[in-house]
Amino acid sequence: MLTLEKRPQPSKAWVYAAPILAVVITMIVGGAVFALLGKPPLEAIRTIFYDPIFGEFASYSRPQLLIKAGPLILIAIGLSFGFRAGIWNIGAEGQYIIGALAAAGTGLAFYPMEARWLIFPLMIIAGLAGGMLWAAIPAFLRIRFKTNEILVSLMLVYVAEAIQASMALSLLRNPDGHGFPGSRNLSQYSSSANLELISNSGIHWGVLAAVTAVVFAYFILARHRFGFDVRLAGQSPRAAGFAGVDAGRMIFICMLISGGLAGAAGMFEIAGPAGRVSIDFNVGYGFTAIIVAFLGRLHPVGILIAGLLMALTYIGGELAQLSLGLPDAAIQLFQGMLLFFLLAVDVMTSYRIRFGKTE
Amino acid sequence: MDFSSINPILLLASLMVAATPIILAAAGELIVERAGVLNLGVEGMMITGAITGFIATVTTGSPWIGFAAAAVGGAGLSLLFGFLTQFLLSNQVATGLALTLFGLGLSALLGQGYNGIKAPEFPKIDIPVISDIPVLGPILFSHDPMVYVGLGLIAGIWYFLKYSRAGLVLRAVGENHEAAHALGYHVIRIRILAIMFGGACAGLGGAYISLVRVPQWTDGMTAGAGWIALAIVVFASWRPWRLLIGAYLFGGVTVLQLNLQAAGIAIPVEYLAMSPYIATILVLVLMSAGRAPGSLGKIFHASR
Repeated sequence: MLTLEKRPQPSKAWVYAAPILAVVITMIVGGAVFALLGKPPLEAIRTIFYDPIFGEFASYSRPQLLIKAGPLILIAIGLSFGFRAGIWNIGAEGQYIIGALAAAGTGLAFYPMEARWLIFPLMIIAGLAGGMLWAAIPAFLRIRFKTNEILVSLMLVYVAEAIQASMALSLLRNPDGHGFPGSRNLSQYSSSANLELISNSGIHWGVLAAVTAVVFAYFILARHRFGFDVRLAGQSPRAAGFAGVDAGRMIFICMLISGGLAGAAGMFEIAGPAGRVSIDFNVGYGFTAIIVAFLGRLHPVGILIAGLLMALTYIGGELAQLSLGLPDAAIQLFQGMLLFFLLAVDVMTSYRIRFGKTE
Repeated sequence: MDFSSINPILLLASLMVAATPIILAAAGELIVERAGVLNLGVEGMMITGAITGFIATVTTGSPWIGFAAAAVGGAGLSLLFGFLTQFLLSNQVATGLALTLFGLGLSALLGQGYNGIKAPEFPKIDIPVISDIPVLGPILFSHDPMVYVGLGLIAGIWYFLKYSRAGLVLRAVGENHEAAHALGYHVIRIRILAIMFGGACAGLGGAYISLVRVPQWTDGMTAGAGWIALAIVVFASWRPWRLLIGAYLFGGVTVLQLNLQAAGIAIPVEYLAMSPYIATILVLVLMSAGRAPGSLGKIFHASR
C-alpha cells in the first residue's frame, strides 16, 4: 500500500526536479501519442526540441524563438503575482487583445504623421492602460460584489474577441484596403513599427520588456515589501490580514500588474510580428502563459526558462507540421499534457511516499 | 429591420434548446461542487464529449450511442482530474484549467477529418395529445429527447440531494470533509464518483451542441459554454431549480440576439454576439450572495 505523508517543509530538491521530470514524462507520453498517429516518435521529439536550436534551419527558427517567448514571458510574469497571492486572472488573453487594440488605435490615430519619439511610447502606454482597464473590471467586481474573478475575467475574453472582430471590420479598418477586413499594417508604419533591434536576432522591444519584467519581478518578490505581502497573502490570507495587508488592494494591484503586462505584450505583438488588427490576430498566448507561469514555478527565472521552452514547442511544432505532417492540435495537446504532468509530479514537493501501512 | 419576423413561440421553443447544453453541464458541476470539488475543466470535458459523441454518431449512425459515448468520454477525461486532485492532491484551480487546455487539444486532434460532416438527425418527439395544445405545445412538448433528459436530471438531482441518504452523505462531504471522514465515509471515493458524474453530464452537454444544436463538428465549438455552466452554478447558489432559471436566462439572451441578427437590427453582429457573456457577468454580479459548500476547492488529505 502506498501512502502519502506530508513533509514538514516543502522539498527544495523537488521544486527544481518536478518541472524537469514533467518535461521528460511529457516527451515520453507525447512520443507515444505521436507513434499512435503513425509518426516516428523519436524524430518528432527531435524535430520539436532539438532542430529549432541546432538543426539545419536553426538560423531561421532561433530568432522566432525569442519572438514567441517574449509575449509568453511578459504575460506569465504578470500572472505569477496574482497566482502567488491566490488571485486567479485567467483572462489574460482578453487583456492582451484590448491592449493591442488600444495601442493600434493610438498608433493609427496619428497616421500618417511621422514622430516615432512620440507615437511609439504613447502606444506602449495605451497598451498598458488597455490591458489594465480590462483587468480592472474583474478586480473591481471581485472587491465590490465578491464576484468570482476567474469566471468574469474569462467571460471578458469572449467579449474582447467580439470587440476585436468589430474593430477589424469597422473602426480600425484600413481605408485603403479595398473593403477587406483588417487594419493598416503597423509594422510598415515607421512611427509605430516594433521591428527587430538587431537584424535577424528576434530581439524587439517586447523581448527587452520581457527581460526587464523578469528582473523587476525578481527583485520585487525577493527584496520588496510588496513581494513579501504577495507571498504572505497566498500562503496564509489570515496571517496577511493580521499583518495589515489590505486584501482588496492586493487583488487590485495583482490584477493591474497582470493586465498591464498582458496589454503591453499585445502592443508589442500588434506593432511587430502580428502587424495589423484582424478578426483573429490573437493566437492564445494568454492561455499558454498560464502553463508557462506554473511550469516556471511562479518564479521569475523559472518563467524565463519555461517561456523559452514553451516557445520551443511552438516553433518545433510548426517544423514538425511541415516536415512530418504532425497535426497542429497534437502540439496543443502536448502543451496541455505538460501542465498535467507537472501538477501530478508536484505532489512530491510537499508529500513523500511511504510504502506499507502507516500506523 | 423587421421585428415581425420574430415569432415568440419559436423563440421560446428554441430558448429551451439553447439552454439544454448548459443545463446538462451545470447539473453535473452542481453535484461535483456540492461534494466539495471545484472542477474548472467543464469546457474541456464538454468539448471532448462533443467530439467523442460526434464520432460515435457518425460511425454508428445512432445519436443514442453518440450520447452514450459522449458521457463515457467526458467521464473518462474527468477521471484524469479526479486522479490528480484526489490522489496526487494537486491544486484544483490549476488542474481544472489544465483539463480545459488538454481537452481542447485532444478534441481538435480527435476531430481531424470530421470537420464539415453533418451529423445524422436526432428526431424530435411530439408528445401525443399535449403537444397539440396551442402555444404551450410547440414551446414545451415538441422537442428532442435530450431536452427532457436535462429537465429530468435537474429533478433527479433535487430529489437526490434533498431526500436520499446518499445525497445527504454527498453534502456532508462537501460541507466538511474532515467530519465526514471522521464519521467513516470514504471522502475520496465519493468525490471521484461525483467528479465522474460531472464529467459524464458535461460530455452530454457538449454532444448536444455538436449533435443537435449545430449539428456539425468544428474545433473549439463549445465557445465558452462550459464556463457559462460554471457561472450558472454560482448564480444558482448551488441549488438545482435555480439552475434552470439561470440556464433559461442565458438561453433567452442567446436566442434573442440570434433572432435580432436575423431580423437585421442596426446593432453590429459582433456586439450582439457578446451579449450572452455580458449577461452572464451581470447575473454573477447581481447574484453573488449565495453560500458555497464549506469544503469547496479545499484539498483533503487524511493524515491517518
